[in-house]
Amino acid sequence: MTAVAPVTALRGRHLLSIADLSPAEITLILDTADAMKEVGERTIKKVPALRGRTIVNLFFEPSTRTRTSFEIAEKRLSADTLSLAVSTSSVVKGETLLDTVDNIEAMSPDMLVVRHASSGACQQLARRCRSRIVNAGDGMHEHPTQALLDAYTMRQRKGRIDGLQVAIVGDLAHSRVLRSNLLLLRKMGASIRVTAPRPLIPAGIEALGATPCRTIEEAVDGADVVMMLRIQLERMQTLFLPSLREYFALFGLTADRMALARPDAIVMHPGPMNRGVEIASEVADGPQAVILEQVANGVAVRMAVLYLLAGGSED
Amino acid sequence: MDASRIERSLARIAHEILERNRDLADVALVGIRTRGVVIAERLAALIREAGEAILPVGSLDITLYRDDFMRHPVGPQPLVRSTDIRFSVEGRRILLVDDVLYTGRTIRAALDALIDYGRPRSIQLVVLVDRGHRELPIKADYVGKNLPTSPVQSVQVRLREVDGLDEVMLEEGA
Repeated sequence: MTAVAPVTALRGRHLLSIADLSPAEITLILDTADAMKEVGERTIKKVPALRGRTIVNLFFEPSTRTRTSFEIAEKRLSADTLSLAVSTSSVVKGETLLDTVDNIEAMSPDMLVVRHASSGACQQLARRCRSRIVNAGDGMHEHPTQALLDAYTMRQRKGRIDGLQVAIVGDLAHSRVLRSNLLLLRKMGASIRVTAPRPLIPAGIEALGATPCRTIEEAVDGADVVMMLRIQLERMQTLFLPSLREYFALFGLTADRMALARPDAIVMHPGPMNRGVEIASEVADGPQAVILEQVANGVAVRMAVLYLLAGGSED
Repeated sequence: MDASRIERSLARIAHEILERNRDLADVALVGIRTRGVVIAERLAALIREAGEAILPVGSLDITLYRDDFMRHPVGPQPLVRSTDIRFSVEGRRILLVDDVLYTGRTIRAALDALIDYGRPRSIQLVVLVDRGHRELPIKADYVGKNLPTSPVQSVQVRLREVDGLDEVMLEEGA
């Protein structure tokens, strides 16, 4: 890959999709996250960078990890934060997404961190809102901060992303984590193999830069990174999976299968994990797993995104 | 200032540090990125060569503590780099080092940043150039050179390790 000229700012006002970021902007976010990680290692884990900014976390879908991670990131930057979960908001009384957001905007927040079950919900809000929007997962579309923290973790462990062989296994059809990761990994020069039961391989995945494999053995062979995606148990009826046991037998990541990857390969999972379904406990807890490092890095990467967006650009 | 003037100024500052801090056991240098770190490392080398002590050197990035964020709501954010202080500042006498002292706002931010790492016994300020025009009640303890300037001028400090040569230039038009 040719070296990219460094940039010192993001062009966009929002973070909606990895597709909007250039390789240089991705590198800027990862470099800024390096500095943010140091803040989290101090006794006083707080800097005044976003003092006086108001950030509202709007979670229309359940989330523990992502919401907690954003909240910690915001607090470490000294922003004033408020988190709204769907069950406690007036959405349950029938208010629409746009009405809810208009009401919150009337109170002049600076940024909205939004998770919503509809693909494209964040784009729709970005066209309408004065606030900066950070996509924290929209339907089956994207989860950009997850892909950024995955990239950060790969770079930290492997020293680079360019040229890495990445295997991705799991529910490819419904995963926003997959979409964001494919976009990012391709931009940064990694090569990607994917595998899943036939009904879970979306048509046209080659166009996104991934090579589909028939078996997990084929996908994992010689990989530097093995990324497992969650089998979404709540979607089981629509997945045409005969049983979880059969899934594990065919596509679960076991120690034997992991032995096919490079000896220094890492195992990643965006969580929450289904132990014994997509991943064996001995692998999830084994020395190659970096799953908790991903969670730790998530805070630093989200701090970097919030900090960089707070500067913003002219448009 | 040319290379030999800078060298002599630093030698004199190192000498003053030794004079004023009899016992160097709890003294450490912290440079403000980027050129303050270079100066801090040179001072540490001079003190080591004098056979007095090996002082630890840390580097401080103050970007996240600046007070001008909110004044430029549409500008790009300044680049953040890492702070690297591998010793505890708790109870130490810290020599805070920067290249140019001007309004004092950088030093204000650096003091906030440093104190977030712990409670030093004292903080002393070392600068290569003091160009005046303070906006805050801040004064340096060790000054390489006092340089009278007008606010429209700019002071450019270039150091070998970063810029390939040693010089301090007064340039017209900020």
